[in-house]
Parts: sequence; structure tokens; C-alpha cells
Amino acid sequence: MNAPESGGKVKTEFTVLGTTPMRQDGMEKVTGAARFGDDIHLPGMLHGKLLRSPHAHARIKSIDTRKAAAMKGVRAVITGADMPTLNAGIIAAGEGGEVNMQDIADNCMARDRVFYDGHVLAAVAADNPHIAEAACGLIEVEYELLEPVLNVHDAIKAGAPVLHEEYTPGAFLFPTQKALPNAGRLFLEHGDVDGALAACDFVVEREFSTKAVHQGYIEPHVTTAEWTSEETLTIHTSTQGAFAIRDFLASFMNMPLSKIKVIPMEIGGGFGGKDVVYIDSVAAVLARKSGRPVKIFMSRSEVLRGTGPSPETFIRVKMGCNKAGQLQAADIYLLYEAGAYPGGPIAPGTLCSLTRYNVPNVRLDGYDVFLNKPKMKPYRAPGATQSNFAAESTLADLAEKAGIDPIEMRLINALKPGDMMPMGFPCPPLGSIEMLNAIKTHPHYTAPLEGENRGRGIAYGFWFGAGLASSAEIRANSDGTVNLTTGSADLSGTRNTLGMQAAEQLGIDPALITTNVGDTDSVGYTFQSVGSRTTFATGIAVISACKKLIGEMARRAAMVWEVDAAEVVYAEGMFRLKGDADKRMTFGELCAKADHTGGPLLADASEFPEGVGFQIAANIVDVEVDPETGKVDILRFTALQDVGKAVHPDYVEGQMQGGSVQGIGWALNEEYVFDDQGRLSNPTLLDYRMPTALDVPNIDCTILETPNPGHPFGVRGVGEVPIVPPPAAIRDAIKNAVGIHLCELPMKPAVVLKAIRDQQGNS
Amino acid sequence: MSKVHVTTTVNGEEKEFLAEPRQSLLEVLRDELHLTGTKEGCNDGNCGACSVVFDGTLVCACCVLGVEANGKRVETVEGMATREGLHPLQQAFLEETGMQCGICTPGFLMASNELLKSNPNPSEQEIRFWLANNLCRCTGYDKIVKSVQKAAAVMGGA
Repeated sequence: MNAPESGGKVKTEFTVLGTTPMRQDGMEKVTGAARFGDDIHLPGMLHGKLLRSPHAHARIKSIDTRKAAAMKGVRAVITGADMPTLNAGIIAAGEGGEVNMQDIADNCMARDRVFYDGHVLAAVAADNPHIAEAACGLIEVEYELLEPVLNVHDAIKAGAPVLHEEYTPGAFLFPTQKALPNAGRLFLEHGDVDGALAACDFVVEREFSTKAVHQGYIEPHVTTAEWTSEETLTIHTSTQGAFAIRDFLASFMNMPLSKIKVIPMEIGGGFGGKDVVYIDSVAAVLARKSGRPVKIFMSRSEVLRGTGPSPETFIRVKMGCNKAGQLQAADIYLLYEAGAYPGGPIAPGTLCSLTRYNVPNVRLDGYDVFLNKPKMKPYRAPGATQSNFAAESTLADLAEKAGIDPIEMRLINALKPGDMMPMGFPCPPLGSIEMLNAIKTHPHYTAPLEGENRGRGIAYGFWFGAGLASSAEIRANSDGTVNLTTGSADLSGTRNTLGMQAAEQLGIDPALITTNVGDTDSVGYTFQSVGSRTTFATGIAVISACKKLIGEMARRAAMVWEVDAAEVVYAEGMFRLKGDADKRMTFGELCAKADHTGGPLLADASEFPEGVGFQIAANIVDVEVDPETGKVDILRFTALQDVGKAVHPDYVEGQMQGGSVQGIGWALNEEYVFDDQGRLSNPTLLDYRMPTALDVPNIDCTILETPNPGHPFGVRGVGEVPIVPPPAAIRDAIKNAVGIHLCELPMKPAVVLKAIRDQQGNS
Repeated sequence: MSKVHVTTTVNGEEKEFLAEPRQSLLEVLRDELHLTGTKEGCNDGNCGACSVVFDGTLVCACCVLGVEANGKRVETVEGMATREGLHPLQQAFLEETGMQCGICTPGFLMASNELLKSNPNPSEQEIRFWLANNLCRCTGYDKIVKSVQKAAAVMGGA
């Protein structure tokens, strides 16, 4: 990771940013007209279904597809043997790491071994989905069952079954190193940790466990593949990044990038789970074999079994401070499931455990552990929620032991602008102290909380966010309206936040701008809508394109006035000639003259910004614990966040509220439950229980704005960090309600009740 | 599998289609009648994305068979807006940002509309209770609840 750029001058006075215009795609979404991935129906289209392994670990001895292929209405049947050979096995993944594309291809369609319950090993295309599903049932597979590896502790024991004889260590954010037969490792050490811990006045050591949780997007994965010629493939899909799907497909299908067109449909939620290929390559191979377009739509149980959740973890934290509450040392050991293949979120999880505090002596020892579960995927601030729960809870218990107020404890140790970060550069402007002080004076924090078994908790969280490549193309039409196209999938209203940044830069009414999500043929390369990067990084590309457009329009104005372009200035939607008050043209008036000054007005820009500025958030939460059942009710919840500059404050609140409720679900009831053979026991939305409207209160939001110098308008990403602090905050509130020190997620009734009874038994 | 001829009324218009007995109402609405505003999120009645009104009762279309629609009245999200404009609930979801990705929105609109028909001035708790059949993963529900409250006020709930 590079140091944030110092950046240019950051704008602080706005006419468009900070307002709340209605979203352009809203009308379609309230009338049912919006076209999501499953809303496309191509002529002659077939429906694909997948055969998935019922075993967590097995060798495929044989697959007999003859009965399925003979079924009426079946048009193609494929297995791993039908998948093309990759053109590039190992590719660079940034920061010196590598990704094995074969792993990702094998995750879509197993070749000789299945590595988890739900792993795809064959597929059928038929006239309708019912026939395809029935035909899958006719495929005869002979398995040789292998011993499954089902938890991180077993996986790293000597003598455990080895998943991959050869492997490329995972490289998500930072590379890991080959360390154990079933695990890559990220190890960072600074100072004399053991010596410093021995010298501390207070030390707390805790062991935490958390369960796997799914992103839970309401729209299942869906894709439609069509060969428009022998060499050209078109994919309509629901994805966080059309270009990423194109790149994976080019590798998997051994095709040139230019011959694959990925058209992003409206996407029904992603949260990190829809930035990779699962079914697109399978649909493409079925389409090629059948000679017809093929759609694949996953069922909900396929989504839960076959796509990656955020991993189950075990985290041990030892942390010490002096009498003044200053942290002296921390020793953190983390085991994160990678799932069936390397590359889980161990690196961001490890790095976010402490990166909001100054700790002089640190040892971070993280493992990316391979076992027989789905390949783990990013989920909103990937890996950070688990390690925040562990480190933040240990810090809270350390403050309690040292007799120091929990907010003071955080203020004493908080990372401030200018403090050296673990990545080796000073912390950029960040409202850490302001946020912690805002908790102290918040009306929620100062309000009395009365009643039995009620408690209030707080927690503080950090997340990096991402910059990476984005492109934008802007066209000014002859009537003064503007079309803006970017490569960023819109999951939450980013067409609006990008159009608003264009309106701010151009000095025109945002209603004049129509913002589109481009396909891979229509706009420059853009990284996925991940890492809270769309409004930040694509916004910078939009601003750059606007600057180029204004530069071109100033040249046109100079032609009209027959002056030098340097004599033309532009402000607040008006071109003017320096020193001549009569020479002025509005943006729209100049648009109308385009044909007479050289033709259509357009500009594009690509950017790769690095000044992400980082994200911080905090929660105040009140709970009531039922001592008879162990059930925890959230009475009141406040989310605080430093957002840099809130482009559209309603959308910022929406990110804070949505992330908070996902964090509440993670804290209290969401979990993957596997049986002793590694089969997922709860692959439905009845048994994998996400929060409903009745489970949560309104989420009050406090937006803080410390401008990020890495963005011309001071914007920082907002989407991910809201999910980070809730589990630790709720754990703190439960502790203050009933005096128990929980160390596992979810804090479901049985866990809470057992802890209450254990405490009563001990007292 | 032989198909059954079904005559039904959808959003006030008479419709005919052929359906296999195993096809759900959700499937025939989307694939036979091309009314794709009704969404599939789970296909087992647990997410509410396919909420429609079936002969006056709010149901998950995935849990009703298409052939059951014979002689019945079905209302979907496509029938909410009129030539005069959006339904007040649709307008309120837009103004109060009661959506992010929008996949659950048709279901929430249909469910909220049925709530306001029977209870024109619901409390926050009554809204949350009624909408507990509909899952949203983006918004945390806060702005959905406020959208319904605003629509109730606009529609003149006492």
C-alpha cells in the first residue's frame, strides 16, 4: 500500500454536494420496470442448472451424463472435462502477491476433486429450468469420499488431510506466505512484544471465535451467456464489476479481452459477494455446446452453499497497558478460514485489528486456513469486523481492569493525523479525536438508561477502503444536457453521487445530467464497485473528465469570440472573456454551438487514485438482555462516521444504517451451521436468519466531515466501515447490562444464557 | 408435462396463459406474462420479494401455483402507478430513499400498500411488525419505515 497523496487544494464550499436530489433510476425501481439480471429473456434462450456435490471432500471417480443428455428437452450437458484450459495460470495481484486463476476456475466447476458441500461438478442446459433440474438428478457420479477438514484448528494440525499438494498463497490486499500444508501466513512484528507485555501494569488475554456469515444480497446470482459469433461472447450479468467478469472469462475461456462483452444489469445487492465469476463461464460453455443463449439463475440454497461467505475465525488477543492507560503491547494470533482455496480476507482482518490505535510493540500472526467449506469471499470491510470484535472487546476489558473510562481509554491511544501507521507512512487527516469526543457529548450517550438488565456500549472501528482504476466518459449534448458514463456498477445510488460530482464541477443543475453504467465495450476499464471506492475513485475520474470537457469548451468559446483560449474563464455555468463583461455564454448556449465549432463535445478520463483517506466509525448502543432466555433486544442505536464530505447525505445515512443492521445480524443471530460431515445445515432464509424490520430500531446517524485531501471535494469512501463496530459495541452493552464477558459470535440466546448461568454458578 | 389453460385478471386486465401445473405464480407472472417487476429472492416464502395480492390477500407468489390463478384477481407492482402518476407509496419511497439496490422494493411496496389499506395510520411498531415478512439487506429498514409513514400521512391517515 502506498502513502496517501498529499493532493491538491480541497474544495470546501459546494452548491450540489450535500443536497439530496432524487435518484434517476428510482422511478424504474418503484414501478418494477428496472431490468435486473433475471429480467432478460433472449430468443431461443435455454436455462442452465448445476449439479453440486453433496460431499464436503471427495475424489470424482466417474461422471456418467448419458441419461441426462438423453432426456427430452435437454440441449447440453457439461462437466469439468468440457471447461477450456486456462491461458494464464498465475497472475499478479498487486503488492507483490499472486492469484492462481485455476483455483477460481476450479471453484466454478470442479475437475477431479470436490472441496465443499455445494461444489459444482456438472451442468445442464434445457428448454426450461425444471427439465434442467430433473436432468441434473439423472447424472450419475461415483465419489471416493475423503476425510473432510472442517475447522481451522484441525486444518493446521500435523497430519491433517492436505487440500492442495501445491498452492499459490492468497494475496487479498497483502500477500501471505507459504507456511503450513493447509495455510498461508501473514506475520508482522514491531518492537519487543514479550518484554513490553511483561512490564505492563495491566494485561488482558482473551480467545474469540466467530461464525461464517453471508452477504445476504436479496437477488441470487444470475447470468445469461450468448455467443454472437464463433469468437464473440456477450454476457448479461448481475455483478459488482463488469470488467472483472470479462477478465476472468478471458482467462477461463482462453479468449482475447476484446471479444468478450459484459453487460451489467441492475444488481440486487452484492456487499463483496458479486465481484467474481461463479456461473458466467459455465453458462458460456453450455451456450457454446448447445448453440443457444443460456441463462443460469441460482436458487437461494445454491447461493448459501456455493458462494463465499465471510469466514469463521479464531482470534487470540493479549494486550497490555500502563497505569495511565497507554497501550504498551499487543500480541494477536488469527486463524481465518480461507475455505476451499487460498485467498480469504486474512490480511485486511489482521491489519485492521489494531490500526486505529498507537501501540509501540505489536505482533500480528495471521493464517489463511484452507478447509472443506466454500471459498470465502469479501463481505463489507472484509475481515475487519471479526478482528475488530476481538481487539476492541479486549481493549474494553483492559480499560475496565485498569479502571479507565472506555472513551478516555480510546482517546489516550487513538491514531491521530501524523501518527505513524503500521504500513509505514503517517496517518492522513482523519477525525478520530473528533469522533471519540462526539460520542462523549452525544445526546444518546448522555441520556440516562434506566431499567433492569439494560446496558449501554460503545465501539470504534477502522477500515482502509480502496482506490484503483476508474474511467468516465462525458458528453455535452446540443440542448445543454449531459450524458455521463462510468464503468462502476451502481449498488445503492452511485449514479446520483457521480452525477452530482459532475454537476458540482461543471457548475450546472444535476437534473441536466443522466448518468449511466457502461458495459465493457462502451467505457474505459473500471475496477469493481468494492472497497467503498465508487463515489471516491470513480468520482475523481468524473471530475477529471469534466475538467477536460470544460477545457475543450473554453477552446470553442475562444473560437466563437476569436480570442486566445487562455482569455476564456469558466465559473458557475458561465464562460466569460476576461476584461469584457459583454462576452459571456452559458454552458447550454455553448453546447448549441458545438456543430459550428468543431463537432460534438466529449471528454473522457481514467484515474488510479491512492489517497483513499481511510474510514472510521463508532457506535453507541443500548440493549436489554432477557435473563430467562438470553435474548438481546436492541433498544437504541447510534452510528457515527467520518465521511470526508457527504455527497448525498441520505445515501450516506443509508450506508451507515444498512451496514449497522448487517453488523447487528452478525452480532446476534447470523451463522453458517455445518453438520459433522461438512454439509451446510441451514441453507434457507428461514434458518439463515437475517434481521427483519422488527428486530432492529431506527438507526440514528451522526455524520462527521474531515475532508480527505486525496479527493478534490474531500470525499472518502463510506460503504464498508459501518459494519465493523456493531458486534463489539453490542458485546460491550451486554457486558454493561448483565456483567458477562462474551467472546463469541453470534451472541445468540443460548450463548448469552449459558454465560449468565456460568456467572451465577461462579458467584 | 401437459399444460393447463388459465384465465385470470392481472392488474385489472384479463389475461390467458398456458402453465404447467408445477409452475409457481411467480414463474408464470415473470416468464409467461412477462411481468418481471415481481422478484425472486428465495423461492420458498422467506424473503417477500415476490409479494403480490392474490384475490385480496397478500401472498408470496412463489408459494402459489400459477394454475390457482384461474378465475382469480392478481395485483402486482406494475399495477400500482396509474396514468395520473405514481402511487403515494412509490413517491414516498423515492423521496425518503426507501431503497438502495431496489430488488426488494416491489415486494415492500405491495406489502406496505396492503398494510395501509387495513391500517391507514400505523405506528412505527405496527409497520415493522407487518413488514417483517419482507427482507431488505441494504437499508437497515430505517428509511423504508419512514417512507411508509410519509405515504400514510400523504394518503390522509387520521
